Amino acid sequence: MLKIEPRGYESKFWRYASPVLALLLTGATSGLIFAAMGRPPGLTVYTFLIAPLLQQDGFEALVVKAAPLIMMGVGLSLAYRANVWNIGTDGQFTLGAICGGGMALAFPDAPAWAIFPAMIVAGAIGGMLNGGLVAWLRIRFNANEILTSLMFAYITQYLLVYLVTGPWRDPQGFGFPQTALFSDDALAPKLIEDTNVHIGVVLAPLIAIALWFMLEKTLLGYQFRVLGQATRAARFAGFSENRLVWIAMLISGGLAGLAGMLEATGTLGQLTTTLSPGYGFTAIIVAFLGRLNPLGVIPAGLLLALTYLGGDAAQINLGLPNAVTGIFQGILLFYLLGCDILLLNRFRWASTQAPTRAKAAQ
Amino acid sequence: MTALLVAFLVSTIAAATPLLLAATGELVVEKVGVLNLGVEGMMLAGAIAAFATANETGVTSLGVVAALVAGIALALLFAVVSLTLQANQTATGLALTIFGRGFSALVGAGYVGIPAPTLPKIHIPLLSDIPVLGPVVFGHDILVYLSLAILAVVAWCIRSTHLGLILRAVGDSHDAAHALGYPVVPIRYAAVAFGGALAGLAGAYMSLAYTPLWAQDMTAGRGWVAVALVTFSAWRPFWLLIGAWFFGALMYLSLYVQALGVAVPSALLSALPYIGTVIVLVLISRDARRIRLHRPAMLGRPFQSRA
Repeated sequence: MLKIEPRGYESKFWRYASPVLALLLTGATSGLIFAAMGRPPGLTVYTFLIAPLLQQDGFEALVVKAAPLIMMGVGLSLAYRANVWNIGTDGQFTLGAICGGGMALAFPDAPAWAIFPAMIVAGAIGGMLNGGLVAWLRIRFNANEILTSLMFAYITQYLLVYLVTGPWRDPQGFGFPQTALFSDDALAPKLIEDTNVHIGVVLAPLIAIALWFMLEKTLLGYQFRVLGQATRAARFAGFSENRLVWIAMLISGGLAGLAGMLEATGTLGQLTTTLSPGYGFTAIIVAFLGRLNPLGVIPAGLLLALTYLGGDAAQINLGLPNAVTGIFQGILLFYLLGCDILLLNRFRWASTQAPTRAKAAQ
Repeated sequence: MTALLVAFLVSTIAAATPLLLAATGELVVEKVGVLNLGVEGMMLAGAIAAFATANETGVTSLGVVAALVAGIALALLFAVVSLTLQANQTATGLALTIFGRGFSALVGAGYVGIPAPTLPKIHIPLLSDIPVLGPVVFGHDILVYLSLAILAVVAWCIRSTHLGLILRAVGDSHDAAHALGYPVVPIRYAAVAFGGALAGLAGAYMSLAYTPLWAQDMTAGRGWVAVALVTFSAWRPFWLLIGAWFFGALMYLSLYVQALGVAVPSALLSALPYIGTVIVLVLISRDARRIRLHRPAMLGRPFQSRA
């Protein structure tokens, strides 16, 4: 019988190999699913994961898609380290876009040097407001942050729909549910002319590096790691759990807000009723694929961004619904979590007979 | 006035049914110490399985069976990763929700905007014709009665049977249950599968009775509300019913007020049930001691036998 046996130590090899194994298994499983749907598995996986990169501007599209995922994933990797389960980053993303976009709509004639920095601040504050509310409810009222953060995601989505179809609707928009276009000065500065590559593309990895430094090299980061791994030890050491919950929710919320604001001003140029194609849940996978390490989040964000492009490519080229992206992401997270058993355990063929002496002695 | 009251009560019970089914399943899962946050995903899988099957065969009962199978299948996926491979239950539940959403959207892509057969309403001669009482008590479809019957059986089972004692032992102290010789992991598998079956049923109710059509993400967070309900009830079945009816009423009212054409924008009214969930959670959780008293002590903790 196949037995799971504790190693007694953490395997360095599997620490890095387990996400790779998970990816390979995900590729194989989705190939099987495509085959079951009557599609050639090789071609479909190719269309899904490789073809988008070979297209013209494929790389630009990838980094633009990855920027918000990296920002949100970095914040989540910090929060999850401290066992703060913020799963409503979609809501924080949306409120950031509402606040940042609202700023652009309120001051259409503001000069360029003032408006965009103000929007950055507004976007981050919007996300922090949402995240801070969740932190406050958990600390003050003991309310589970998983449920409250997710409920706020629904609430802010309805707030967005209300604003975009109501008071903020563009009067010249022929009744479409969208706001007026932001002024040119309110758009995220472009790094490359005539593409969507905006400032967020460099901001995201810089934020990841900064948070990596904070987590690995500062006392605050040490407190985060201890709280997540040994809650009791953190209490004995006198670390304030409440303070860390506040910081985790404010940072992860603020980064999601910033991502939302950049998405609105960098790629859309206005607010519409659908801002986030499920980034909130995808960012969770990004955080786990990056091993809850801000530096690991950078390649993880790029890979998950690829699944969005792949979903679009599969829809256009193969006529598959782009929901394929969701399945692929779900399978990937399952495998990621499952493969981690190899970190502390190994599989062994063991007879069902009497245990060996070494085991009996334990 | 009477007509209004009847409409209110009938719609409240209907809106409460998927919440009650899913929450009853999750209650059993949490009683054995497992936190499955994939209810939303299992509901969506159940909804599309029921809809697609009923649509292809024209038989609603086959749709219900398909929903059960889909719910159990997804639940077992969760069980393998979180119970056998001992992954973090919170994260695995999220994976299940993400997978269920993707799976249902993929299968459902060909079923958007087509009608399907609806679960028939039961009509009992005489009884169903009593004014007020008739439509409110005797005029629903079979799943409404089934949801109440399952809740009653689960309540009785947990409270007064040997099986219930074992379930509670596994959830409150898996080491003690293991020492007594109870197979902790298989019992948890069974409970998780039961939870999946009921979440699947809840999905079937959504797509075959409540809004008989398929739309992507049609459960709209009800799976999460069901998880919240279990906390709200402090793991006591009777309070689950009260909570489900409360949220059912809230959902009906947010629709009803919209239909009245009140000046409040409809998007804001639609947010009402979610705001209500937050408020109720806050009120309930405020008393941390009470929650600790009732919560299964092993909730979310992996079990590894040291045999």
